[in-house]
Amino acid sequence: MSILASLFAGLVFGIGLILGGMTNPAKVQNFLDLFGNWDPSLAFVMGGAIMVTAPGFWLLKKRGFSVFEGPFQMPTKKDLDAKLLGGSAIFGIGWGLGGFCPGPAITAMTMGNASTLFFVAAMLVGMFAVKFWEARS
Amino acid sequence: MITEFTPIQSLIGGMLIGVSAVFLMASVGRIAGISGIVSKLLIRGDHTNRYKSGTAFVIGMLIAAPLYNAFSGSLPFQFISSNTTLLIIAGLLVGVGSTIGNGCTSGHGVCGISRGSGRSIIATITFMITAFVTVYILNHVIGA
Repeated sequence: MSILASLFAGLVFGIGLILGGMTNPAKVQNFLDLFGNWDPSLAFVMGGAIMVTAPGFWLLKKRGFSVFEGPFQMPTKKDLDAKLLGGSAIFGIGWGLGGFCPGPAITAMTMGNASTLFFVAAMLVGMFAVKFWEARS
Repeated sequence: MITEFTPIQSLIGGMLIGVSAVFLMASVGRIAGISGIVSKLLIRGDHTNRYKSGTAFVIGMLIAAPLYNAFSGSLPFQFISSNTTLLIIAGLLVGVGSTIGNGCTSGHGVCGISRGSGRSIIATITFMITAFVTVYILNHVIGA
């Protein structure tokens, strides 16, 4: 059941990204281009998502555990360290350059544009490199 | 490239993302953070429930476009840079940055902000600023 639930969640997430316009890098880059062809759509995607997630999480918190897999796996880190800031800064540069963040890039893999695959392959290499380095140190 | 402002469609799309995030938390107790889900799939020998849930989530994302196409008859227009080198550099930075920073637009931007995490709010402000600056340089300094 966990697998079916996760599959369904991934599907709805992907549909949301496509409908929201996030699988079009030009639309994302136009949101980020305040002094050019500014397209505020992305703010509505983020706003719509938080509008549902914030009250949803708040209600779930009282319950404290999930239907199929017990307690919620919430991130526990609280400190604002250099890794959080540096990593996020690097992520933002890549996001601006390509117009893709991880969710839309994965979803766009099955939309038929081969360029997406170059981005995703490089993204996976980057993720693996950090995981490999973290495991060694 | 001018893109059309789509407030209603984007709001509905965003709400669906929210439904997915709440559903994933309610059912399997996990954060719908894509960089976290994907990067954890790359660790060898991880055959836990997390691995199975993550794999299923990614498969769900991959069938979203074909299914969307089947029901609506077409997929939305995409304009992706034809500069492969630029896309590869962008992909590397997104992969490295989101993994070091423990999250991306979904994990920090949607789920983190929704649970009021200070770390996620700071992360989101940080990547928004560098993304705005990057696009400014790309379009108005280099491309001007």
